[in-house]
Amino acid sequence: MNLSRKWLNEFVKIDTPDREFAEAMTLSGSKVEGTSIEGGEISNVVVGQVRSLVRHPNSDHMWICQVDVGQAEPLQIVTGAQNVKENDLVPVALHKSTLPGGKKIEKGKLRGEVSNGMLCSFAELGLDQRDFPTAYADGIWILSDDPELTGLTLGQDIREAVGLDDHVVEFEITPNRPDCLSVIGLAREAAATFDKPLALHTPEVKGGADGVLTDLLDVETPAADLVPRYTARMVRNVKIAPSPKWMRERLRAMGVRPINNIVDITNYVMLEYGQPMHAFDYRYVNGGKIIVRRAEEGEALTTLDGKEHRLTANHLVIADEGRAVGLAGIMGGLNSEIVDDTTDVVFESACFDGTCIRKGALALGMRTEASAKFEKGLDPMNTLPAVNRACELVELLGAGEVVDGCIDILNFVLHPVELPVEPDKINALLGTDVSREEMLSILKKLDFLVEENPDVVTVPSWRGDVRRMADLAEEVARFHGYNNIPNTLMRGQTTQGGYSVVQKLENRLGELCRACGYSEIITYSFISPSYYDKILWPEDDFRRNSFKILNPLGEDTSIMRTTTLPSMLEILTRNCNYRNKSAWLYELGRIYQPGGEEGLANETKILTLGAYGNGMDFFTMKGTIEAILRDTRAKDIRFEPCAEDHSYHPGRCAEVWSGDNCIGVFGQVHPQAAQNYGVDVELYCAELSFDVLLVTHGADPEYAPLPKFPAVTRDIAVVCDEAVTVGALEAAIRKGAKGLLKDAALFDIYRGKGVAEGKKSVAFNLTLRADDRSLTGEEADADVKSILETLEKDCGAVLR
Amino acid sequence: MKEQLAKIRTEALSAFESVRDSAALDELRVKYLGKKGELTAVLKQMGKLSAEERPAMGQLANEVRAALESALDAASHKLEEAAMELKLKAETVDVTIPGKSVQVGRRHPMNTALEEIKDIFIGMGFTVLDGPEIELAELNFDRLNAEEGHPSRDWSDTFYFDEDSRVMLRSQTSPMQVRAMDSMELPIRIIAPGRVYRKDEVDATHSPMFHQVEGMVIDKNITMADLKGTLNTLAEQLFGQGTVTRFRPHHFPFTEPSCEMDVQCHKCGGAGCPTCKGEGWIELLGAGMIHPRVLEMAGIDPDEWSGWAFGMGLERTALRRFKIDDLRLIFENDIRFLEQF
Repeated sequence: MNLSRKWLNEFVKIDTPDREFAEAMTLSGSKVEGTSIEGGEISNVVVGQVRSLVRHPNSDHMWICQVDVGQAEPLQIVTGAQNVKENDLVPVALHKSTLPGGKKIEKGKLRGEVSNGMLCSFAELGLDQRDFPTAYADGIWILSDDPELTGLTLGQDIREAVGLDDHVVEFEITPNRPDCLSVIGLAREAAATFDKPLALHTPEVKGGADGVLTDLLDVETPAADLVPRYTARMVRNVKIAPSPKWMRERLRAMGVRPINNIVDITNYVMLEYGQPMHAFDYRYVNGGKIIVRRAEEGEALTTLDGKEHRLTANHLVIADEGRAVGLAGIMGGLNSEIVDDTTDVVFESACFDGTCIRKGALALGMRTEASAKFEKGLDPMNTLPAVNRACELVELLGAGEVVDGCIDILNFVLHPVELPVEPDKINALLGTDVSREEMLSILKKLDFLVEENPDVVTVPSWRGDVRRMADLAEEVARFHGYNNIPNTLMRGQTTQGGYSVVQKLENRLGELCRACGYSEIITYSFISPSYYDKILWPEDDFRRNSFKILNPLGEDTSIMRTTTLPSMLEILTRNCNYRNKSAWLYELGRIYQPGGEEGLANETKILTLGAYGNGMDFFTMKGTIEAILRDTRAKDIRFEPCAEDHSYHPGRCAEVWSGDNCIGVFGQVHPQAAQNYGVDVELYCAELSFDVLLVTHGADPEYAPLPKFPAVTRDIAVVCDEAVTVGALEAAIRKGAKGLLKDAALFDIYRGKGVAEGKKSVAFNLTLRADDRSLTGEEADADVKSILETLEKDCGAVLR
Repeated sequence: MKEQLAKIRTEALSAFESVRDSAALDELRVKYLGKKGELTAVLKQMGKLSAEERPAMGQLANEVRAALESALDAASHKLEEAAMELKLKAETVDVTIPGKSVQVGRRHPMNTALEEIKDIFIGMGFTVLDGPEIELAELNFDRLNAEEGHPSRDWSDTFYFDEDSRVMLRSQTSPMQVRAMDSMELPIRIIAPGRVYRKDEVDATHSPMFHQVEGMVIDKNITMADLKGTLNTLAEQLFGQGTVTRFRPHHFPFTEPSCEMDVQCHKCGGAGCPTCKGEGWIELLGAGMIHPRVLEMAGIDPDEWSGWAFGMGLERTALRRFKIDDLRLIFENDIRFLEQF
């Protein structure tokens, strides 16, 4: 909402500079987004008078002018315009002047003749024909031709001379304060903020036009539930013309384009009172009857912007007996538009149901200035003063004759809201010690009605947001000053803060990943359904069943992920594309699977690792996972080959198990999937379920006594078939040991000379120890013998 | 014999003195102190001495032996020291050669900022809650007093999963207030960080997904002064002692009175600069006293209990904390960016 400070000053005189004004208004609750000065880009442009002009000797279209700008000597200025005459008053951009758009003017020579500046058109000053309808568009702006530009003096700043010097303040108005979407509403806030009197004006209409209003116009509101109030007046013998300069200036400062006097009046009143107005041509209201009704299903209406709409019963229309002539609260109809030969006008000033207007505007995709106001719920008490103000302006502008009387249909009963003033409760909520007198004084400034009984106030009709004690407390706090409320620390019962078991594990997993060299990333939770194709999930994979956003920003963010893999791959490949040599990354992020309570999702967290470069390979990734599982004391860990996960290399992928719990899967990303992301480096990923990690997370460690007796170590190398896994050999070793084996550590796998084709030699370092004595060599040998027998029996592995 | 001993002593001491390496020293030890050494040879003649002479000569011989052994030790020690010195010299490294790289991962800067905020509130007796991101509109809006027709419920602002606008991506962490009120015993002190979603196109300051942290206190006699005191503490802990803040009125459907808290611009100290868009202040969070209607809807009597709540954007806090100038960097996850924190 823009506010012209000149307009504001008609209601409350405040001459505080913009910055302080903005600060004070912001602190009392009307947030200022910014301030600007009209014509702020213009400097050193003044009013001048052409004393004489002669043809340029070296040009057939240029003129050399001597221009009086109030200095001792006239300035010589060359112009190419053809509409300048002796004695014309014109805008003169002097040497070192600036114009809108950052244009700079300096003196120079034009075809050999000195020019000390430039004569300007209105467009060069950032104005358009709407601002000065009588000005000549294709040449220099002849100020003296405009009878509305009076009192000009030579050398006068052009901004002041033509009224381009208003200061404009831009407010962010919160949705609970539609009353502040008006000059009067903001004036009331400003008056209270600066403790200045608010001078409101009651419109006075002379009336007296021919005819009796009730004979001319009849209004019915069959959709009474959607039309709390409908007020209308009529103007006859209208003379459509541009509105006067002062009105055009106000509109321009508020960001509204002037059109003609009648339309400008409706806009002026909307800005001043916050009450949307509509004017329509009486001759197109067939039968002189206005009916405010729900649209018929499929009813057609072309609005003022030339767009044709098909309406539904959810829309409210203004109609005559035969057809709709306007979309209530949104936009008028083209068929009843004010045109140049309009003679009789109906002014509509109504209050429509906010939700109905909002939904109607939304359905048609046309949110207008009017609908934006209506949807917030307007004050029905505002319609009558607003329509009277419009009629008063008609008379002031000589734009027509107002018919006496007013049609005013009230479909609501006004219940003024009375609230008790409870200083103790208000102070208890705010933590302040504000006196009853100060509270009442603040409320009075805001036009709350305080009668003899100082324990009760009546809330003004436009303050639908004030309904209980807390609302009054906010009014008191706003003007007492939020920053005058003390700062205290909470008393009361002590509560114990801290992390839950779940949160502690989350934190620990993060620490572990970072310790292992992985950096944390944060990725979007929504993805494109095509990403499931990219990671090679089959068409019928049940995991494709995702929460689908019905109004997404785009395809790429249209479904909630049921896997974190695409998110990780996107980041890995982005790093590849940035030519980063390596990236080791992790994210503890959510997936969203259908099937939760109340139609919500099962949101579970996945610890996702992803890496390439700096030595990353299958066993480095596996080592990371082992470190995590060791740290979280998961028991009975095993890795099973997994060729079924389509996203991974079928020969380099494993499932991670702890007992009967599958923690997740990891491995090299399928080269085809990597290619789908546009890279051909080896990418390694792991997807571990946080929920399962929480289950497999072991109890706090208990100290185990350190060994008192030395261990015996034995190295063995066995030859077996290529197909036998190290895991199987390890299992055989553990099975064959007779209770003395403490560790079996793989240290070499050899193929080649000395080992037959299709075979491999696998070497382990065995550690054997008894807890209660030093082992003898014989004891150790007996165990090793048993181990070797089992290796041969179970795996066909023989000592090399 | 006496002369012999004196001679051995003089010769040996001088030889030990001038020895150059441990092998030569060992030879000298054998020569003088060995079983077949010179001192032993002299001692063998003891038998020829008279009983009167023997004790004095024996004492002298022992003195010589002790002197030789001590000199031998000293010489040996000297040689070891010299050898050690040589060894150390040979082992000298170029300390300017880079160390062997140990890769340590980094925490994402946004979570670093979150971690700081969590620590501050945990210290004040708050617990940390977690909740669903796919949420019921009832909790995200209705129970927070944002009734049908509230602009933030528009499909142009909020993501929905069904035509009835029943299930949505939460647009704020505030539904966690309702979940806490519904599930926890009073008094309550919680914070609830997490992802939230709004229909904003990606640019330097917007993202359709971002993070907030919600905070809420409900207790007896909680005042707006408490809200200010607590949030000022937060600002000081986050941005340093003496951080200047201001509170200004605002509107949220679920708080009354409502406010926003600004922190004085760190760049210009309040004078106004491009960082603060000329205002001198940077908005940090929104807050307010919990609306009595919200308490009532949760079955809490607003005449007995009161409370305050706040919600702050984490990205903005992280950006400010680390002087990051573009929100897109947060979600781009370029390792060169991540490794700076």
